[in-house]
Amino acid sequence: MALSQEARDRLAPDAAEIIARYPHARSALLPLLHLVQSEEGYVSDDGIEFCAQQLGLTEAEVTAVASFYTMFKRRPVGEYHVGVCTNSLCAVMGGDAIFADLQEHLGVGNDETTPDGTVTLEHLECNAACDYAPVVMVNWEFFDNMTPQSARDLVDGLRAGAPVMPTRGAPRLCSWKQASRILAGFPDGQAPLGRTVGDASLAGLRVAREQGWTPESGPATSSNGGQQ
Amino acid sequence: MSSVLTPELTAHWDEPDSFTLAGYRRAGGYQALPKALAMPPDQVIQTLKDSVLRGRGGAGFPTGVKWGFIPQGDGKPHYLVVNADESEPGACKDMPTLLANPQALIEGMVIAAYAIRAHRAFIYVRGEVLHVIRRLHHAVAEAYDAGYLGSDILGSGFSLEVVVHSGAGAYICGEETALLDSLEGYRGQPRLKPPFPAIAGLYACPTVVNNVESIATVPYILVNGAQDFASFGTEKSKGFGIFSLSGHVTTPGQYEAPLGTTLRELLELAGGIRAGHRLKFWTPGGSSTPLFTDQHLDVPLDYESVAAAGSMLGTRSIMLFDETTCVVRVTLRWIEFYEHESCGKCTPCREGSYWVVQLLEQLEHGEGSAADLDKLLDICDNITGRSFCALGDSIQSPVGSSIRYFRDEYLDHLRHGGCPFDPAASTLLRMEPTR
Repeated sequence: MALSQEARDRLAPDAAEIIARYPHARSALLPLLHLVQSEEGYVSDDGIEFCAQQLGLTEAEVTAVASFYTMFKRRPVGEYHVGVCTNSLCAVMGGDAIFADLQEHLGVGNDETTPDGTVTLEHLECNAACDYAPVVMVNWEFFDNMTPQSARDLVDGLRAGAPVMPTRGAPRLCSWKQASRILAGFPDGQAPLGRTVGDASLAGLRVAREQGWTPESGPATSSNGGQQ
Repeated sequence: MSSVLTPELTAHWDEPDSFTLAGYRRAGGYQALPKALAMPPDQVIQTLKDSVLRGRGGAGFPTGVKWGFIPQGDGKPHYLVVNADESEPGACKDMPTLLANPQALIEGMVIAAYAIRAHRAFIYVRGEVLHVIRRLHHAVAEAYDAGYLGSDILGSGFSLEVVVHSGAGAYICGEETALLDSLEGYRGQPRLKPPFPAIAGLYACPTVVNNVESIATVPYILVNGAQDFASFGTEKSKGFGIFSLSGHVTTPGQYEAPLGTTLRELLELAGGIRAGHRLKFWTPGGSSTPLFTDQHLDVPLDYESVAAAGSMLGTRSIMLFDETTCVVRVTLRWIEFYEHESCGKCTPCREGSYWVVQLLEQLEHGEGSAADLDKLLDICDNITGRSFCALGDSIQSPVGSSIRYFRDEYLDHLRHGGCPFDPAASTLLRMEPTR
């Protein structure tokens, strides 16, 4: 794919805004790579060249960075990137079963995209939601406590264009390109929306409330094993 | 029964607007900042030293001491960098903190930056958490609008600019010097220390890198006093922290408690191991900390006691596995993770992780021989301490401890000609309705 002149002209002010955030221009490289990914859905050769041009780097220098980070894709990604955590804990709790099932259901392997271009499937490393295992991420939004069936329903919904809501996240799932733009530092105004925390995040707080262990009860009464 | 849990950072997470500036203020937020700005910066550092808050990102280095290492009057810009790259398998406390209460981090950042005389700060957040990143941008924008960030904060003459910087999927960037290289626009590879970041950090200038929870705890300490904070916990591990329970536990989740609380106490509140099963092994602080078993239920979860029992407190990321789980499978998957995430800079880590995966894979499939267990330990011994950063050292933790406690289970794989466990039995999917 080629980055059109129109796109370059449109992205140039965004790039300038990103670079201005930092005392040293090169710090802008990761957000710039997110930015070109938001335009083309992946980091193309043209995208590499665009970043290099903005920062006065060589294309080899930019490629060396882009290839280090797993979130920068060098091949086109579908509209929805579906990631299944298969690190130890999620794998044991059901992540392996979900990933195997989705591969069969979608007819694609790891890091492959369905022929209709809607879903790219990938297995992920730990996504910091272990208390909601097994976890699936779609365009980096949390889908908690998944099962093979709920994961199948999820991807079917995505492919049918049905509204799909993350467990904890913006109520309207954005596209892969839109997500990349947020990562570049251009938020979409959806921050106040969506459920903040699930049950697991509140587990300890609920027990403490039931037991009357509130902060108001004061540190002197809530200390445990301290040197009062 | 005396209080086992001490919800402070987590106290208002169930309020629908806890993440907003208004919600944070209603919960008592931004009372610490004017107090700090009225103190000389060195006194803020002393307050942190007196509280004995130890870094909540895993290493446990005293936060106030770290701040005190920043040279003053050196004519160079100083930087504060928040490490929000939470990626350790099992760690899941900072992301809910940022979703539910990002303003506590912002308030703590202004106080920390004031103390170390920094006028620019960065939040390096892992990229794979879109809504967390939205919430951070939102929190920073709200703080600017209210005059908590920007120039002449609350009329104090102190100024601070904060930038939210998204990573791009690299566990190694949680290592502070790799994080700094990444923030400078390079591949995230660790630097040789010394010099430490306090002397030559971001752009070779004095830099403090602190974990999200460490900084989010700072407002509490300023409001309630160092003595109050230090009254929680144990003699050398002061204060409270978030314990994250996951896996085969009835009620997984976040439990905020004083350091020194035991797993037995936490499990009691979390409903125990899932019904009909018993605890087999667990990590006290993520996959990089050696495994514990059911013999360790009463180890106080503080830095000293956990170390004395042969592991590390780490990030208090407690992953629990019951008797249906194959320890070889779990260990193999973790080492595959380290192999994938090794940045490749140091040969022992890059090559060693590869060979450990090969041997574990054979063993999990019932191939290889008993001598492979000694070979595994020997390779681990040759990785540990021979690389720039701790990622290589982490490989030994699950391998060494799983062989120590479950050598027979490894051998069972050889006798059985494969894994003797049914992976379906260990999933949480048993209740799934059929189509």
